[in-house]
Amino acid sequence: MYAFRLLNPDLSRRACRVGFCVLVFLTAVEYAAASTKSDASDVGNAVANVGETLSAQESVSVPRVAPEESTITSPESATSGAPHSSTGDKMEEKKPAKRFEFISVNFLRVEIPFIIALWIFCASLAKIGFHMAPKLSEIFPESCLLIVVGVVIGVILVHVTGSVHMSPLTPDTFFIYMLPPIILDAGYFMPNRLFFDHLGTILLFAVIGTIFNTFAIGASLWAVGQTGMFQCGETPPLDMFLFAALISAVDPVAVLAVFEEIHVNEILYIVVFGESLLNDAVTVVLYHMFEAYTEMKDTGIVTMDVVAGCTNFFVVAVGGTVIGIFWGMATGFVTRFTNEVRVIEPIFIFVMAYMAYLCAEIFHMSGILAITFCGITMKNYVEGNISHKSHTTIKYTMKMLSSSSETIIFMFLGVATVNKLHMWNTWFVVLTILFCSIYRAIGVILLTAVANKFRLNQLSKVEKFVMSYGGLRGAVAFALVLLIDEEIVPLQPMFMTTTIAVVYFTVFFQGITIKPLVKILNVKTAEKRKPTMNERIHEKLMDHLMAGVEDILGQHGNYHVRDRFKRFDNKYIRPFLLRNYQGAEPKILETYSKLAMRDAMEFMRRNASTIGNISGTESMSGIFKNYTAGNLDGRCEEKLLTW
Amino acid sequence: MGNRSSLLLREEEIAQIQQETGFTPNQIERLYSRFTSLDRGDCGTLSRDDFLRIPELAINPLGERIVNSFFQGDMYNDRVNFRQFMNVLAHFRPVKKNKDNRLNSREAKLKFAFKMYDLDNDDLISRDELLAILHMMVGANISEEQLTSIAERTILEADEDGDQMISFEEFCKALQRTDVEQKMSIRFLN
Repeated sequence: MYAFRLLNPDLSRRACRVGFCVLVFLTAVEYAAASTKSDASDVGNAVANVGETLSAQESVSVPRVAPEESTITSPESATSGAPHSSTGDKMEEKKPAKRFEFISVNFLRVEIPFIIALWIFCASLAKIGFHMAPKLSEIFPESCLLIVVGVVIGVILVHVTGSVHMSPLTPDTFFIYMLPPIILDAGYFMPNRLFFDHLGTILLFAVIGTIFNTFAIGASLWAVGQTGMFQCGETPPLDMFLFAALISAVDPVAVLAVFEEIHVNEILYIVVFGESLLNDAVTVVLYHMFEAYTEMKDTGIVTMDVVAGCTNFFVVAVGGTVIGIFWGMATGFVTRFTNEVRVIEPIFIFVMAYMAYLCAEIFHMSGILAITFCGITMKNYVEGNISHKSHTTIKYTMKMLSSSSETIIFMFLGVATVNKLHMWNTWFVVLTILFCSIYRAIGVILLTAVANKFRLNQLSKVEKFVMSYGGLRGAVAFALVLLIDEEIVPLQPMFMTTTIAVVYFTVFFQGITIKPLVKILNVKTAEKRKPTMNERIHEKLMDHLMAGVEDILGQHGNYHVRDRFKRFDNKYIRPFLLRNYQGAEPKILETYSKLAMRDAMEFMRRNASTIGNISGTESMSGIFKNYTAGNLDGRCEEKLLTW
Repeated sequence: MGNRSSLLLREEEIAQIQQETGFTPNQIERLYSRFTSLDRGDCGTLSRDDFLRIPELAINPLGERIVNSFFQGDMYNDRVNFRQFMNVLAHFRPVKKNKDNRLNSREAKLKFAFKMYDLDNDDLISRDELLAILHMMVGANISEEQLTSIAERTILEADEDGDQMISFEEFCKALQRTDVEQKMSIRFLN
C-alpha cells in the first residue's frame, strides 16, 4: 500500500514505475511473511530502504526454501514446498509465547489468490497508464506495451527471487482460464450476418490455408535442417512438422488486439478474424496428430494412422461445432424460464458457454470452435428472453473479462520470456520468421485467387496485403510449445525460443507497422453505427427480394440458404426457445425499441428541468415507460423493453 | 432441355439481349434454359402462375410483389417474354467499374427496390404502402398499433419535405450508407 503512494503522475514512465512498485510491494510482503516477527513498521521500512529489503529478501528466501526442497523442478513444487517450512517456523515460535498476538501476519494462506489478484491489478494499472499517455498508444499497439511491461517485471522477478517461482503462463491456465473469455466475447459479439456471408472464404483460409502453411513451413525447415545449417544435431521431420503446426496458426488474441485498434473495413476484418477463430480446429488436429506421430516414431506409422488423422479433423471440427450449438440452444431454453429470477440471467450465459468449452476439451474437440458457436447461437435466442439490464450486465462483464484476459496474456507472455531456459539458434529463428512470412503471403495470394472466383466483391491487392500482413502469431502458439514434452522432442527449448521470437516479431514489428501501412495504402476503414429504421426495413426488403430472385434463377446462393434457415428458425426453433415469441422479423422490432429508447433519453436530456422536478417521486425507468407508452400502447412496450 | 433451348435462341437475339442487358452469351443461354424450364405451357412466355409454382417463391412474404415487378412494363399484359425477363434480371448484375451500367447502376437497383413499395406508381411511399410491406415481412403476433408506430417513425425519419411520404430522393438518401451495389447483386453462374 505504501509503495503505491510513491507513484507520481509522470505518465510516460508510469508503466515502469507501476511494475517496479508492485514488485517492491510484493517483496515487502514476502519479507514480512518470511519473518513473522515483523510488523507494520517493518513493512514501512522495507519500502523506504528498497536496496536493503532486496538483499534481506534474498538472504531470507534462500535458506527458507533450500533445506526443504533440494531441487526446484516446477512452480507447483515450489509453492507446495513453502507451506511446510512456514508451518514449521510458526510452531516453533508459538510454543514459548502463548500470548494472544497483537498483530499476526500469515501471508502463505492467501499467497496464491493474492498473487493472482496482484497480477490482475498490475495488468489493469498498466493498461490505465497507456491510455493516459496518448502519444505512446498512438505509436505502439497496446499489446506491445503490455509485453514490455511483462518483460520488465520478469527481469526484476528473476533478479529478486532468482527462480522461476512465479512463472504464470502455464498451458493449463492459458487454455482453461484465460482463452475462453476472449473467444466467448468474440463469438457473442460476432456480426453473424457478415460472418456467414463470408464463411466460404473464411473456411478456405482457416482450413486449407493453415494446412498449407504447416506443411510448407515444416518441409522447408526440415529441408534446411538436412543441410546442417542449424548445427543443433538431428532435425527429424516429424519434430519440424510439430513445430510448424503450432507456429502456422494465426492467433485470435493477437489479431483481435491489433485489429480492434486500426478499424479496417468490415470484410477485411471478418476474414482475418474469422480465420483466426476457425483455424483452431486444424491446429488442434495437426498438433495432436504430429505429437502422437513423434511419440510412435520408433514403432513406425502405418497408413491407418494417417487416415485416422484426416478423419479426426472432421470429428474435431464438427464435434466442437455441434457441442457449441447444443449448449447455445440449451442456454436459450434455460433463459426462457428466468423471468422470475432476473439476477441470475448473466450467470447462465457465462457458465453454459464455459461448459461448452470444457465439454469440447474433454473429448479433445476444438474448444475454441465450441465456444465460438455457442456464443453465436445463444445470442439469437438469449437476447429475446433476458431483461434489458441483464443484457447490459452481460455485455459489460464480457467485455471486461475478455479485455483483462487479453491484457494478462500479453503481460504474462512478457514475463514468461525472461523466466525460462532459452536455446537461441540464429539461423533457425531467422528462417522460421522468413518462412512464416513468405508462406503466409503465398498462401493468401493463391487462396484469394480461388476465393475470388466465387465471390461477388473481389478481394483487392491491398486487402490481400493486409490479410497476409495481419497474420499475427500469439499466445496460443506459445502455450502449445510449452506443452511439448522435452523427453520426446529434445529440440523443445529451441522451439520455444523461436516461438517467442516469432510472436515478438509479429506483435512488435507487424503490430507497430500495420497502422501506418493501413493509412499509406488507403485501406477502407470502418465506421461503427447503429442502423436507422429506414436502413433496417429496406435492407430486410432487399433480403427477401434477393431470396426471391435467387429462387427464380434456381440458384441456391447465400440469400436462399439464409431464407431457408430463417423459415426453419421461425417455425421450429424460436417458438421453443423464446418466451415472448413475436413476429418473423425481430430485428425490426429491436431497432425500433432501441431507437425509441434513444429518443426517450434525448427527451430527458433536453427537458432536464422537468426531470429535476419529478425525480424525487418517479424513477428513471418510470419516466422511460411514460414516455414510450405515449408512442406505443403500454402493453407492447413492456414486451419490447425486454429485447 | 438445355440443348433444345440453345437451339431456340437465335444468334441475333442473343446479341441484342447482350447489348441491352450486358449479360454474357453463356449467362444468357443458361438463363434461357431456366426460362424454358419455368415455362410449363411451352409458349415462350411466362405467366404469374408459372412464377408462383416455384415453391420457395410462393412462400416468400414478398413473392407476389417480386413476381409483379416482372410485369411492370405494361399493366395489361399478363405474360412476360424472355427479353422482358432478362431486362428485369439485369438489375441484379454485379456493378462493374468503368463500364456503361444502365440497368444495374446503383440508382436502377434502388429504383427497383422502391417500386416494391410503391404500388400506385406515384413515386411516393405512403404510410399505408409501407405498412402493407411491414405486414408481409413481420407477420403475425405483432399488434397493429405497433406496426403503425414503426411505419410512422420510419417515415418521420426519412421525410424531409414534410409531406408524410417518402419520395425516391428521400429513399436514396436514407440508404446512403448502405452498400446497395453489393446487397442487390447476384453472381450469375456461367
